[in-house]
Amino acid sequence: MPFLDAVRLALAQIRVQKLKSFFTLLGVTIGVMFLIAVVSIVEGMSSYMEHDFVGKLVGVNTVTLRQQPEIGANISDAQWRAMRRWPRVLMTDVQPVVDALPPGTLWSAEGYDNVFVASQWSPPKQLQASAVEGDYFKIREMKIAKGRVITSQEMAMGTPVVVIGEEIATRFFPNLDPINRPLKVAGLPYTVVGVAESQGSIFGLSLDRFVIAPYRSPLRHVVNKPNVLDALKIKAAGDADMTETTEAIRQVMRSRHELRPSEPDNFTVESSESALTFWTSIKSKLVIAGVVLPAIGLVVGAIVIMNIMLVAVAERTREIGIRKALGARRRDIMSQFLVEAATLSTVGAILGIISGILLAEIISAVSPLPATVAPWSIVAGVIVGAGVGIISGIYPASRASRLDPITALRAE
Amino acid sequence: MQTTEEVPLSVTAERAVVTQQAGKAPEKDWVIVTRGLKREYDMGGEIVRALRGVDVAIRRNEYVAIMGPSGSGKSTLMNLIGCLDTPDAGEYWLSGDLVSSMADDELARVRNREIGFVFQTFNLLPRATALHNVELPLVYAGVPSDERRKRAIAALERVQLGNRITHRPNELSGGQRQRVAIARALVNEPAILLADEPTGNLDSTTSEEIMRVFEDLASSGQTVIMVTHEPDIAAHARRVIVLRDGMIESDDRRERFAEKMQIAAPSVTHK
Repeated sequence: MPFLDAVRLALAQIRVQKLKSFFTLLGVTIGVMFLIAVVSIVEGMSSYMEHDFVGKLVGVNTVTLRQQPEIGANISDAQWRAMRRWPRVLMTDVQPVVDALPPGTLWSAEGYDNVFVASQWSPPKQLQASAVEGDYFKIREMKIAKGRVITSQEMAMGTPVVVIGEEIATRFFPNLDPINRPLKVAGLPYTVVGVAESQGSIFGLSLDRFVIAPYRSPLRHVVNKPNVLDALKIKAAGDADMTETTEAIRQVMRSRHELRPSEPDNFTVESSESALTFWTSIKSKLVIAGVVLPAIGLVVGAIVIMNIMLVAVAERTREIGIRKALGARRRDIMSQFLVEAATLSTVGAILGIISGILLAEIISAVSPLPATVAPWSIVAGVIVGAGVGIISGIYPASRASRLDPITALRAE
Repeated sequence: MQTTEEVPLSVTAERAVVTQQAGKAPEKDWVIVTRGLKREYDMGGEIVRALRGVDVAIRRNEYVAIMGPSGSGKSTLMNLIGCLDTPDAGEYWLSGDLVSSMADDELARVRNREIGFVFQTFNLLPRATALHNVELPLVYAGVPSDERRKRAIAALERVQLGNRITHRPNELSGGQRQRVAIARALVNEPAILLADEPTGNLDSTTSEEIMRVFEDLASSGQTVIMVTHEPDIAAHARRVIVLRDGMIESDDRRERFAEKMQIAAPSVTHK
């Protein structure tokens, strides 16, 4: 029997028994729906991590020298304890590292901590304050909404001025222009010179809660011990090779820490890739969950379809007898029921794809999780749907095809 | 006309010749030849010998009725002739092919190409239109859909149902349903039209109507084999084979059969 005739026949069956078909399809629909929704959310998070997150937090073409990694995957407690005993990154490390890199390389030295910030218009609040030196604003590609950035003279002089995030501006200076107004950072008197443009948020965490001051200003004594840095960010010039940059930094630091060739590094050079490694390890676990959970739905769906098809074969024994008498071969009957089961579950899968996309849209609308529907997940949904139908249809279809025509014609 | 009338006269003698030559393919003119056909059933440990060596030879263009009381083996013989079943012993040649040794799928092909079934209970697909029902054998023959439609409409017109093609079985009378079934049986131009109690579910007026259709088909050269237990229906055929206890009891021309029936059961012939 031609394929299209079989599909038409199957769709007619679904039309005749809408409610029964709906319940038959429910398992497959739910399975595919979760498959699409979970994959969409994971893909959405993934593209978010790879573009926005890395761009905003880590920066393109940027590596960061730290005592211990900021984002760590697969690191045991013992390793963390060992890393805390490593030597800190020092202000005196900056010049040798920069000297080892080609001219045009940007750098910024940072020390930061959570400190109390207060103004006369608002009670104190704990916030992250950074003391920075070098090309900090260039590396962050920070745009200024009001005022200006901290000048190199202010950096060199250690003038007590700050650039603040948008959220800080509205909190501490309600309905006021914050420029040139005083702000107490860790009890120290500072003057606001600029407000940065809003950076948005990551997973619901605002990126606009920061205070930036020159490294040489008094804040440095609050955030760290003398001469100690939390991070040294290096942005390579143009399209310089990041591996080479990382390697150059490592060599300088190894010699400064007087490490023998046999000894491992006792510092961390983080790149956007290392941040992504962390994400990739989470993602693979999420994808497994996103495949295993829908699989349960699909197994249930397959069992239901198999039962419904067995009932259909029993109900239509006489029809099978008639078809056999008129010349249907085993494979004709077999393919008729297989196509019917596959059509049934493909319809279920299509419903699942539609509701999965809707579910992903709803989740991304009401939660900070982003969702991007991956085209491959739609293709996978359809293939999985048809596959479930075919697998669960094999047994009923082969039973139908083996019916004896004489007995089948006598049925009912 | 003349030849079809003459064939039954000599059929017994010719049958004897054709059915004795075991293993030899019969001449083309013989559409059905069976040699020593046997079929047994195991009914819960008890062996029922439904057919005990049946020799039948039917020429092209014959109109034959197979008659017998229930349990005579006529249904078994019909299933064998219709290729729905295979014999335990003996040969069955259909259109020159040895059908009795064929496998499942080959039998399906033979049913599709060589046999047109007409059943007592019509056996139409209830949800399909008359046209779709008639198209069904062509679907399994692999005929493309536009040609299928054309041939199905032609077959329905042949049984005077050209104006009912989109009706479903439940929108048709019993006689019309049986005519749809006849159109379906004829659509593949089979070697034999095989009818199993074709009037069993019809009143006598409609039965006569269906018998007229069969008569017309037989006159136009179609080989027709009809299985029935009613002598007055069997008497419409030009040759009547009577089975009893799995053996052929008699094999006569219509005239001789009617004569015998009048003697044996005069009340049945005039209804």
